[in-house]
Amino acid sequence: MTPATTVILSGESRKAAHGVEEPQAARTEMKVERRSHNPAPRPVEQKHEEYIVKIPVTAPLTSDPILRTENLSRAVKDKVLVEDATFEVRAGEVLAIVGPSGSGKSSLLRLLNRLDEPTGGTVYVEGIDYRQIAPRELRRKLGLVNQRPYLFPDTVEQNLRFGPLQRGETLSQDSIEQLLTLVGLAGYASRNVANLSGGEAQRVSVARTLANSPLVLLLDEPTSALDDTSKREVESSIQRIVRDQGLTCIIVTHDTAQAARLADRALVLESGRIVSQGPISEVLHA
Amino acid sequence: MLKLLFSNQLYLALAQAMVAAIAAMVVVLFARKRGIHLESETLVAMLRGIIQITTVGSILLLLLRAPRWTSAFLLAGMIVAAGATSARRAKGMPDAFRVSAWSIAFGSGSVIALMTWLGVIDTAITSLVPVGSMLITNAMNTNGLALNRFRADVLAHVGEIETALALGAEAKNSVSPYVQASFEASLIPAIDSLRSLGIVWIPGLMAGMLLSGARPVYAAIYQFVVLAMIFAASGLTSLVSTLLIRDRIFTAAQQLSLQPGR
Repeated sequence: MTPATTVILSGESRKAAHGVEEPQAARTEMKVERRSHNPAPRPVEQKHEEYIVKIPVTAPLTSDPILRTENLSRAVKDKVLVEDATFEVRAGEVLAIVGPSGSGKSSLLRLLNRLDEPTGGTVYVEGIDYRQIAPRELRRKLGLVNQRPYLFPDTVEQNLRFGPLQRGETLSQDSIEQLLTLVGLAGYASRNVANLSGGEAQRVSVARTLANSPLVLLLDEPTSALDDTSKREVESSIQRIVRDQGLTCIIVTHDTAQAARLADRALVLESGRIVSQGPISEVLHA
Repeated sequence: MLKLLFSNQLYLALAQAMVAAIAAMVVVLFARKRGIHLESETLVAMLRGIIQITTVGSILLLLLRAPRWTSAFLLAGMIVAAGATSARRAKGMPDAFRVSAWSIAFGSGSVIALMTWLGVIDTAITSLVPVGSMLITNAMNTNGLALNRFRADVLAHVGEIETALALGAEAKNSVSPYVQASFEASLIPAIDSLRSLGIVWIPGLMAGMLLSGARPVYAAIYQFVVLAMIFAASGLTSLVSTLLIRDRIFTAAQQLSLQPGR
């Protein structure tokens, strides 16, 4: 087991999710300042409250799963999209969901983020049934990056600020630069998103999701709409985040080679059902 | 020319209606040549329109001697009918009829009530019903435009909306640009009517007042009054309907329920 390191990204007084304390030197800290709702001036020392969240990167695999699904299902008008999906993801682990087109991979990811409602089963996040977690908080915890970046028409910086602003928090300039460095776009903060390439836009999208300091990063075919060069750039950013920083991640991909490069474990979907799951090398070579 | 052919006023009116309808159908035929098929919808709408308006004309004739409070029932009936018509422009939107009816009732109803109380609209049936119907009709059109635009915008931006939701945005914030755009777009006709008043068109009400011997300046000012009331009623209706429908396209778990193909 490699020593745990920590990405500190967001603004909430949540403690380390899995109780693994890391040495200070091994942390990247990104601070979020809580914006005051009170227009009246406040004392300088109280002006910016800083909230630090620790995300353990390589929690022991023996710890409780950070995310667990139980018979998760969704059917729309008699069409089964996902059926009885039961699996778990441990802290610091990268799980690839692979399968042919239309097998329900993206539908499964949408269920995890609760953008769609399960018609059966549920998801447990840190042991809590996710229907008991407020949807907005749940979506912050399980940060989703779509196949297309859908950046808001503004600067890169404003896109990164979007998530924290929804909670009345202001992302500090340092945090923005650190997030952009993490995705290989240092110095891009003031750029208008209209002038970004496809790969750059997708990396901004990843950074924007990270600005919410998610517990788990959900990636839905993040490179499938990109050319080869952009694909490599985005993939190397993901590598840095999930491998070096050790963020727990579920990646949907139809590219088994990419799954092998990024993931520890894989599950294979066919017609909405999990047909196999296990260590990446076993599943992909089965 | 028609006056030479028809000496009876009723026959003349029917002939004039026929000529106007033919002009409208010529436009429909031009549209058909460009692959836009409006024939049956326009024909049915025109037939319905002529039957409805002559029926109302006949009812008004009967109501001239009826007590004043009966106009409240007439206007309420118009609001329900307007809600049903308007809801058709919001196909697939949850609760479209109720949203439309309540919005039109609030938008036009509050303006009619206030203006009648202030004496801007006369309480006589022959004044309250026609002026009230103008407000309701325009509120209906505005509501239809707002809902139609909102539906189209949401369906065209599902990715953006769900991205905002996935980033932790409140449901109402994720669609706020489309609520605003729908509200603005729905008021374009009302604003343009006010802007072009007297330059591009002389509205029917003013023309009617002039024909019935009213002083031109009074007729002109009252026409402005009616258009300003239409703007107020339409604006309120659109404001309420966009806010009501905004909350209905999301589930309790803040999931976007208005999706293409669902």
